[in-house]
This record gives sequence, C-alpha cells and structure tokens, in this order.
Amino acid sequence: MASLIPCPHCGSRPKEEFTVKGAALARPAPDAGTAAWIDYVYLRDNPRGAYEEYWHHTSGCRRWLVVSRNTATHEISGSRDVVLKLSAEAL
Amino acid sequence: MTSYRLPKGGLIDRQSRLGFSFDGQSVTGHAGDTLASALLANGRQLVGRSFKYHRPRGILTAGAAEPNALMTIGSGGRTEANTRATMQDLYDGLEARSQNRWPSLDFDIGSLNGLLSPFLAAGFYYKTFMWPAKLWEGLYEPFIRRAAGLGKATYEADPDRYEKRWAHCDLLVIGAGPAGLAAALSAGRAGARVIILDEHSLAGGSLLSEAATIGGESAPAFAKRLADELETLPNVRVLTRTTAFGWYDGNVVGAVERAQKHVRHPDPNKPVERMWRIVAKKALLATGTEERPLVFGGNDIPGVMIAGAMRCYLNRFAVAPGQRTAIFTTNDSGYALARDLEAAGVQLTAIIDSRAESQFVYTGKARLLKGAVVSDAKGGKALSSVNVTAANGATEAIAVDALAMSGGFSPIIHLACHRGGKPQWSDVHGAFMAPSETRGLVLAGAVTGTTGLSASFAEGAARGATMAQDLGFAAQPFDAGPVDGDIVASPASPLWNIRGVKGKAFVDFQNDVGRKDLGLAVQEGYGDVELAKRYTTSGMATDQGKLSNVTAIGLLAEARGVSPAEVGTTTFRPFYTPISFGALTGPHHGHHFQPVRKSPLHDWAKKHGAVFVETGLWYRSSWFPRAGETSWRQSVDREVLNVRTNVGICDVSMLGKIEVCGKDAAEFLNRVYSNAFLKLPVGKARYGLMLREDGFIYDDGTTSRLADDRFFMTTTTAYAAGVMTHLEFCAQGLWPELDVRLASVTDQWGQMSVVGPKARATLQAIVDGDISDTAFPFLAAKEVSLFGGRLHGRLFRISFSGELAYELAVPAGYCESVADGVLQAGKEHGIQPYGVEALSVLRIEKGHVTHNEINGTVIPSDLGFAKMVSTAKPDFIGKAMLGREGLVAQDRPSLVGVVPLDPTTTFRTGSHILAKGAAQTLENDQGYVSSSAFSPHVGSTIGLALVKSGHARHGEEVVVWNGLSKEFTVARLCNPVFFDPANEKLHV
Ligand SMILES: [Zn+2]
Repeated sequence: MASLIPCPHCGSRPKEEFTVKGAALARPAPDAGTAAWIDYVYLRDNPRGAYEEYWHHTSGCRRWLVVSRNTATHEISGSRDVVLKLSAEAL
Repeated sequence: MTSYRLPKGGLIDRQSRLGFSFDGQSVTGHAGDTLASALLANGRQLVGRSFKYHRPRGILTAGAAEPNALMTIGSGGRTEANTRATMQDLYDGLEARSQNRWPSLDFDIGSLNGLLSPFLAAGFYYKTFMWPAKLWEGLYEPFIRRAAGLGKATYEADPDRYEKRWAHCDLLVIGAGPAGLAAALSAGRAGARVIILDEHSLAGGSLLSEAATIGGESAPAFAKRLADELETLPNVRVLTRTTAFGWYDGNVVGAVERAQKHVRHPDPNKPVERMWRIVAKKALLATGTEERPLVFGGNDIPGVMIAGAMRCYLNRFAVAPGQRTAIFTTNDSGYALARDLEAAGVQLTAIIDSRAESQFVYTGKARLLKGAVVSDAKGGKALSSVNVTAANGATEAIAVDALAMSGGFSPIIHLACHRGGKPQWSDVHGAFMAPSETRGLVLAGAVTGTTGLSASFAEGAARGATMAQDLGFAAQPFDAGPVDGDIVASPASPLWNIRGVKGKAFVDFQNDVGRKDLGLAVQEGYGDVELAKRYTTSGMATDQGKLSNVTAIGLLAEARGVSPAEVGTTTFRPFYTPISFGALTGPHHGHHFQPVRKSPLHDWAKKHGAVFVETGLWYRSSWFPRAGETSWRQSVDREVLNVRTNVGICDVSMLGKIEVCGKDAAEFLNRVYSNAFLKLPVGKARYGLMLREDGFIYDDGTTSRLADDRFFMTTTTAYAAGVMTHLEFCAQGLWPELDVRLASVTDQWGQMSVVGPKARATLQAIVDGDISDTAFPFLAAKEVSLFGGRLHGRLFRISFSGELAYELAVPAGYCESVADGVLQAGKEHGIQPYGVEALSVLRIEKGHVTHNEINGTVIPSDLGFAKMVSTAKPDFIGKAMLGREGLVAQDRPSLVGVVPLDPTTTFRTGSHILAKGAAQTLENDQGYVSSSAFSPHVGSTIGLALVKSGHARHGEEVVVWNGLSKEFTVARLCNPVFFDPANEKLHV
C-alpha cells in the first residue's frame, strides 16, 4: 500500500506513479523456437523472495526500469534503467 | 444513576459547557471529555445492544479497543456509523445515536434472541441456515442482517474534504506515552527530524490517567510540559488524534489524522481527515498494552469495566464509576485503581484478587478477598451484584453497581506484525510479544513488557537516543527524574477459565462470542486458531478482537490442553482500527477520480447541438439532432445518408497520436507492426496492425510518413496510452540500439474527418494546394497550407466509411475555427456534422473493425488481414507465436457479415450465431455478433460477427439468438463489406 519505488532518474517515488509489467525476462531471438517463446510469453516462476520485474515510471520520466523486489516482503533492493541489461539471474 | 462526575479533578474544562444529544436526549459535558466520559458523567451506562443476543451493553474501555460503545454520530452526509464513543471527542452540538436496537435502547425486541441462544451458538449460521440454500437470499440473510446490524451508512454524499500526504523523518514515534515522549525528546533535542503521533486528543498516554508524580509534578502536567517542548522544536511534529494503522515495506507507516472530527462545523478549506504516509529512517513502537477482560458470567453487564479504563475515567475525566464498586484483578494493577478510587472518595466495597499470594501490601479500607474470583455478575441493564467464589469454594453475593476487571496485559504489537512476523508467546509476561525480527522498527515501554513509569521513561529515552545517534545526531537520553507513587504491576499468570461460572461469559463482546462457543469449536474439531475464529466469529468484528483474541487463544489452549504458544495467533494485518473510506479516497472522487477529457472540438460540437456520450474519460459527440427529429435514429440515419450523398464532418481528435522520430523510426515501426513499414514512402499513410507477443491483435491505426525520419501514428482512442507505453517498452527495453524517439501528441493536434462524395470540393476551398485525385491520391498524407497560408495542418486521405474522405489535423487551439471554416466551405455542398453513432454505422457498412472485433482473441487472419502479416520481415512483435497450432486452425472464428432474412426484423450486438435448425443452446454456439447497426444503405439491420470458419460460410442461413431475452432472428451470413466492396469510391 505504501511502497516507494526508487527510480534511478527521479529518486524514490510513490508506487502510484509506476506501472508494473511483470517478470523482467529477456526477449528470445525470433528463431529461438516454440519452447523458448512459450516460456517467454506464458510461463512464470512466481518465486517467493527475490524477483526482477519491469516497472514503467509512467507518471514520471517514462523510462522502463528493472526493479528487484522481494515478493514476500515487497522490499525493493534496487532498480536500474532497462537499457542496463538484465542481471545474469533474470537471464 | 450510578456513575457520576466528581466535584473536582480531571483534565476537563469545567467552565465550558458542551451540549450534545444521545438518542435525542439533551445532555451536557465539558471540553476535554470524550463522548464516553460525558455519557458516564451523566450516569448513562447502557449505551448499546450486542450484535447477536441484543444484550444491554455499557462502556467497557477508554480507548480504541472498545467493542460495545459503537454509535452513529452526526447527521445527513456527515453520518458516521460505528464510531467508538471512547475515541470521539465531545463537541458542542454532537448528535449521537445508539445502534442495533429496536424500537429503543431501553426496550429492544431483539433481546428475545437471548432466549433463543441455544440455537445461536457457534456455527449456527452454518448449521441452521445451511439448507435449503435458495432460502439464503430471500429469508435468512435479510433476517440475520436486520437482527445483527451495526450502524447504517448514509447514502448522502460526504460534504467534507479529505487529504493524503507524505512525510519523511529520521525518527517516527508511534504512541506518545511515557516511552514515546522520552524517545521523541531524546532525538528531537539533538535536532533529528521527529514525528510523534498518538491516537488520543492529548499526548501523554497512560500519564494522563496516572496519579503518580514525576519530579514532584503530576503525571498529566509532566506529560503536557514534554509535549509542549516537543511542539516548540522546529524539527519535531506532534500529531494527536492520529492512528498509525499499518507498517509497510520501506519502513513506511500509514496513519490517519482525524483533523476535524472533533469540531461541530469543520472548516471547509481544511480536511476533516488526513491520510499520512510516513517514510521513517527509524521508527519506534511505543503503543503500550491492552488490558484484558476476565471471562465470568455476565461480564458484559453495564457497570462492568476494564480496570485501567475505570482508572482513566476516574483520574482523567473525574468520573466515578458508581456508588459501590469492586475490583476483580489477577495482578497488582487493580491496587492502583483501588488507591485512586479511595483517594477520590468513591466507595470501594471489595477487591477480589484471583491470586492466593501476592507481594503487594494493600492498606486501604476495602475487603480484600485473596484467591477468590468473581464467577458471575448479576443485573439487567445495570450491574447489581457479583457472586464471588472464595478460595475454599464458598460463594457469596456482594452488592455493587460497578466492577473493574483486570485479566492482565497484552502488548499492542499489531504494527510490529504487519510485515509477516509472528507474535511469540511468553510465559513470563503471560502474553504474546512482538516478533523477534522487526526490521527498522524498535519497541520501547510497556509494549516490550517493561513495567513501571521509571523503566518506561528510561527505555524510551535510551532507544530514542540510540536511534538518533545511529543517524549521526549527538543525542543524550532524556532524564525524566524521580517517579513517586507508581504502583508497578509485574506480570502475573493469566486466568483464562474461571471457576463456578453460571451465566453467559463473553470473550468477544462485539460478536457475542462466549466461553462455551470456543469450547464447542474445540469439541467439534475446529480448535485450530484460524478455524475457531471463523467457526465462532471471535475476533471478526470491527474491533478485530483487540480485547478478545488473546483470551480466546488462552481458552482454546486450555480446552486443547496445550500452551498458547502452540495455539498461536491469527494473522495481524492492517488496518489497526477501521479507517473511513473518505480517508482512503482522499481528494480522488468525482471528477478528481475520473477526470473529463474534452476534445478541442467539444465546444464546437456543443455549439452545433451535439448530444454527448461518455466513452472512457472522453466526452464524444454522438449525434447532432435537428428540429423535428424525435428519436436518435432519425438523426443518425440522416447523418449517415448525408455523408453518403453529400459530405459530413466528424470530430476524430480523440484518436491517440504519437510522433515517432529518429533515423531508425521506420525500422522501429517495421518491428512493432505486423505489416511492412520500412519502405512506406514519404507523403503516404498506411493502415497498420499491432500485435501482442502472443500473436493476438493489440491495436490498429494509420501511420503516415512525414519525412524519412518522422512518422505520425494514430491509435484507437481507448488504447492511446497503452500503445505509447508499449512503444516505450519496445524502444527502451527491446531495441535500445535503434535511434528512435516517441512523443505523445494526442492533445496537441485536433483532428476532423471530412467525408463524402463532396469532401474534396469542400476541402479544396480551404486547402491552398491541389488536392485532386492525381495530386492527392488515396492514402496521401502531407502537410498542407490552409486559408491562404494563414495556418498549416496535416491532411490525410484515409477513409473509415468507404467514401472519399480526408482527415485534417490542425494545432488544437485552431481546431474550432477551422471546423467552422470547413462548415462554411461545405455549406453549398450540404455539409452536416455527424457524431460517433453515424461514424459507427458507416464503418460497419464498410466492414471496418474496431475493438468490438479486436477483442483480444483475434489474430490478423481472423479479420481477413492475413496479407498484413509480413512473411518477409525477420522479426516483429507477435511473429514468433502466430504459427501455434490453435492460431492456424481452420475453424477459428472469423469475420463475416450478417443480415436478417426479413429486413423488418433485427438483432442485437452480442447475440449468438447458431446453425440453421440447431437447438438454441450455448453448446451449439457458432460465434457472436460483434457490431450491429441499422444501415440506411442496406435498409435493414446489419451486423459484423465472429463466426467459426465464417469467411467460408457466406450465404449460409443461420439463426441469430439472444438467449437473454429468448429472441431469435433468421439471418444470412455474408461478405462483411456491405458498401462498395470494390472500393471504387475510395479512389474517386
Ligand atoms: Zn523516473
């Protein structure tokens, strides 16, 4: 209800300014095959604990971010602009 | 009259006289009173009826946990149900009404439920009303609701303002009692940014009810001096009447300040409640304890009260609880009350101490019965006596009109458990303590099990100073000075089951859950704490079991023969106390919740008599009625025919508009659309389909190339924001290597369609350049000079209706005068404005799709757009998934037209398509009508439908079935393009 999301461009901002898209997954290559694409489009891990998600600073700088959030505690351990690539963990 | 106001003492202003009403009766009180204390001062002890049995109930507590004294306050739009009288400050003119009684509080027919109580025991809802299920709606539920109602909310709009705000601080102190005040001063004096809040109207907490002195000063005076000093510190904010309701991630605490709930006429320029979200580097929980009731028969009779509450009314509000009082205690705190009652001259008849031995030396005049218990309290609407069972089993009745009870203390640890930590049972404290792990939240004072004022001051000061030091402040612990006359109640063993109980003994007062109900739950196999809660409804009322949960757990533990540690607690969640919808909503209601979006042509349309329709946030012109027209259909048919015969003008400004720029803009569009855009020539528009990664169509629209590196995209109205966000994701996240920039320009450009055989003649009058078919062919898109060079706009030759048509975009501020210019130019050609209804008829006639058809389950080939899926492009959004089995199936629903066989019959959008002769059941469903309208061109209703293999079934006779109204229409599937299938008109 009350969380703040740290934006690397705007600082800590109320989560109402953001839109979450879901798991921060890397888009497969066009020819990666059906299995990889099914995985990307439909299958999610839903872990308890650390999770990387795409968040959009919709009512702010309008940059897409990768936010590291703990799904059990909602604690956010960090965020970075989406161009700074996904972490090895998410890939 | 039993309770009464003492002639002196208390933190009330005896000079003031506040008139208020209770159930229509006029009563008075003083400034400093709560509604509860004022009622007690007036001898009013019966204040409500219980939920299930409608038993008479009195004021039990002096705080937020009050389960009985729930009242409806105020009138009209300010009516507030279920207000706790113990938390409501008295003001002049306050109107309070008791709840859950009929016809009156003193005579309540529902109390007959008490006679039915054998049938109303735990689980009775499930057992009694289980079968037959269909009687629930009509019979059981209305009966239960009427019998077991709380207050009623008003249907009138709330006239008051609410606001939300954020705050940031170094140290947040929750609770302004001894520990909280000491902590706030220790940190605040060192310069730390401190917020200290308390749910009561005054800072001080237990000090306000305390008879001890601190450094020779009375406890309330000492508390006031500390609070005053805090107020003077510029780095400290003191919030009273403010309840911290939840502790959240990031060490954010939510709180509601009841800023003007204690005044008769709220200042309309200020909020009545303010919702705070406080981001605290460190937070201190100093919320103290909740004193537990004891579970003896008749423990709910008016006149029975929590001991600490009685002491609060006595010392803080100068209210004596009765003429003959007794105290039933399990610990030493009862003696503090005894001392204060006797000091105030209130007759104390007996102290019943459940302990056979205690260290405390009582020197007062009352009878002291050690090792005894109160088994039953007697009385109807007021207490008359108590039955005491002595240590040796002998019983005696003692006449009393007020009884205090103390079943021990439970730390108020709710907030500390809001982030998943589980409370820990402590045998030493006889209570559940805070979780061991409370990241960022530190506890001090009674909430940690600390007893006595000196220790609480010291603990609060030490914690406050340490936390400030951790943040770099040179803080010193505040020294409160010597405390005199404090009766320290060290923890004592809890007393769950009381011997000799005969009458109804309540655990959860608000939900009328008794000791027997919990026993029954265990007996019937619902002894697990979560099951027992739901089976008995214990702890499920608006007080969320603040007073009752720990006792219920103790009783369950005894019934199961285990420790409370094994029973455990149910989960603590926000909110700590009920929060008003007003506070949650803040200013976001009405147009501040759903703002109105008006097109730059809104006033123009209004001027020409448009009837508007709300679509999302937008107000769009639906049709433009003319004199003599009596139904919308007349207007719409006229507008459609006029477009097909002459020329019409329509506002399309609400389409989403996005400028896509950069040297890789074409490549970018090539990847976000399923069809090719890379080689779109400058000066040309193209219809594009945007897919989702799963292969289904996301949105459509035309995109025009204005320069090599500049495109102008339009989206559907509804998806404008979504498409922008999607494109940003693609540009930033998927292909950051592309040089592309995006700007939403929806509001910057006004746009109008000029449509019909005479559209060119009309527009040529205002467009400076040549717009003949040769110079400006179908799909041309160019910047044009208007009105002899006075204005530049963008002209697109695109058509949604199948007619010769243009869309003209001009800077929004010029829109209205340009539209009037077009009307002027088209006058001789019979131009008329038309609205979205006619727009819709025209597009259905032409077989064009909208989001009626693009419903999230269709792929391009379903709509006849197979050719718009590029096979040459190596990649675009949605390409990879389009080849899936289900998406290439032959019998997929596809777009088809539908017309009734008898043109005088009709059908509705949403109706289902059945094969001819098939039974009218959903099992035979072949698809559904996605759009329909009366077509003046065809002369009957026409529809677009998504039907299994629809593209291959043109000519087939079907039934259009409306199962909801049990109607059906015989119809024929056909080509979805009803108008000019050869597209000749587009190219004239
Ligand atoms: Zn930002």
